Amino acid sequence: MKSVEQIELAVSRKLWLEQKHEEFRKAKLRRTSRVMAVRALLLVFLFALWETAARAGWIDTLLFSSPGRVFRHIWADLSGGSLWPHLSVTVGETIIGFLLGTLLGTLLAVVIWWSPFLSAVLDPYMVVFNSMPKVALGPIFIVMFGAGFTAIVITTLSITVIITTLVVYNSFCSVDPNLVKVVRSFGASRVQEFNKVILPASFPAIVSTLKVNVGMSWVGVIVGEFLVAKSGLGYLIIYGFQVFNFTLVMSSLLIIAAVATAMYQLVVYVEKLILSRR
Amino acid sequence: MLPLVQLKGVTHAYLGDREAMLAIEDLHLTVDKGEFVSLVGPSGCGKTTLLSIISGLLQPSRGEVYVGGHPVSEPSAEIGYMLQQDYLLPWRTILNNALLGLELTGSLNDETRRHTLSLLKELGLEGKEEAFPSELSGGMRQRVALVRTLATGPKLLLLDEPFSALDYQIKLQLEDLVAETLLRRGTTAILVTHDLAEAIAVSSRVILLQPNPGRVRRIFTVPEAIRSAPPLYARDLPGFAELFHTVWKEMEIAGREE
Repeated sequence: MKSVEQIELAVSRKLWLEQKHEEFRKAKLRRTSRVMAVRALLLVFLFALWETAARAGWIDTLLFSSPGRVFRHIWADLSGGSLWPHLSVTVGETIIGFLLGTLLGTLLAVVIWWSPFLSAVLDPYMVVFNSMPKVALGPIFIVMFGAGFTAIVITTLSITVIITTLVVYNSFCSVDPNLVKVVRSFGASRVQEFNKVILPASFPAIVSTLKVNVGMSWVGVIVGEFLVAKSGLGYLIIYGFQVFNFTLVMSSLLIIAAVATAMYQLVVYVEKLILSRR
Repeated sequence: MLPLVQLKGVTHAYLGDREAMLAIEDLHLTVDKGEFVSLVGPSGCGKTTLLSIISGLLQPSRGEVYVGGHPVSEPSAEIGYMLQQDYLLPWRTILNNALLGLELTGSLNDETRRHTLSLLKELGLEGKEEAFPSELSGGMRQRVALVRTLATGPKLLLLDEPFSALDYQIKLQLEDLVAETLLRRGTTAILVTHDLAEAIAVSSRVILLQPNPGRVRRIFTVPEAIRSAPPLYARDLPGFAELFHTVWKEMEIAGREE
């Protein structure tokens, strides 16, 4: 008889727990959907306000354009095919600048980790170069590499490399010294120390610099295009500004926002993929 | 028989920007094969420094260290080192953590792998091979660290307060396990601890160091009855409390003299 009571108790407990869990999940879902709804409404409201302001003449459409014009412009450019070359040039430059910047920055971090002497020697140079507004170097890059693709990528690298180096080197140095002591006590070489402990322990930091570098690369590329380009989204913005076509400027901005977000999300996805295995 | 560990006139100074500080001066010590020796003493007497020197992680400023007849110049898998905490690599599974030493010394093969698996089993970690360190309790993790150290088959084991970060109950259990495991394998061990009762319960000799600078003050030999009893029961044996008080008093004096 007693066992029947116990089973009943277990069943009722299980039901109660399930019910509680279900309530919790529903509450969470309700909150999430509320956030999404308000988010979407806010976006629609801002565009509606912009459109209304433009139509009612509160703002000068020559300067601020209007959502209708911007979207019509984007659509025309997309379907007409005139946007694609610009878009692919800019995205190409950004991806190359991003990958090279991260790679070179990490490599430089490895080199100065390897040689504490070199690290001490280079330290003030890195500080100076890091605090410098790299955009000011633009003209020099143009003179050195010609007004084109290379100068733009170099401008991007000048922005991304040093900060990557600093962040990654810092994470190398902040690895728990006791983990290093463990491998050293087995007689590990410096290569082994790096491969087995320093690098894997710094992986999260390296991946999070990827996220920073996506944004940095966009800054570098757009500024580079402002300075030299004959094509690309940065060029479109400058061109639109010069001929006073602000619909073109706004359209380019909107496209940059969309593509940059997509790239950022891609990096976040890669980060999750890499870090989920630990 | 040649002692396994020989320290001859070991002196070590820490060099800083402001001053050079003498941590250990003219220290002589021998440990025989199969012995379990404890180093105790007030803080600042150079216990951990001494352990680092024996392991080869630290080069003494003066003097010589021999393990198994060879001078120690760098760390090797012959000398196992266990730290205060487990320091398992969080991105590796338990098995891969346990295999770390074998990987680093290039001696990972089917046989050593099987041996490591059996060690894990021996220390009650069967079924946890594929788990990650974060999924294990502190006591289990420290046992994995012990397997990691034993897997390379060290002749000498250096234990740097390996039980100090654990709950009291787990600490007692682990003391038992470690003492028993080492005894069975005939591994020589040097334990650094601040817990006198632990030192007396697990070891055959207790070496009391004095600070400023660190040197051997007195060596106590633990009676056979206490030595051969499991650490948990050794604490209740007659003679244990007396020895504890003798060592305690001597340590008090050593600490006050500085």
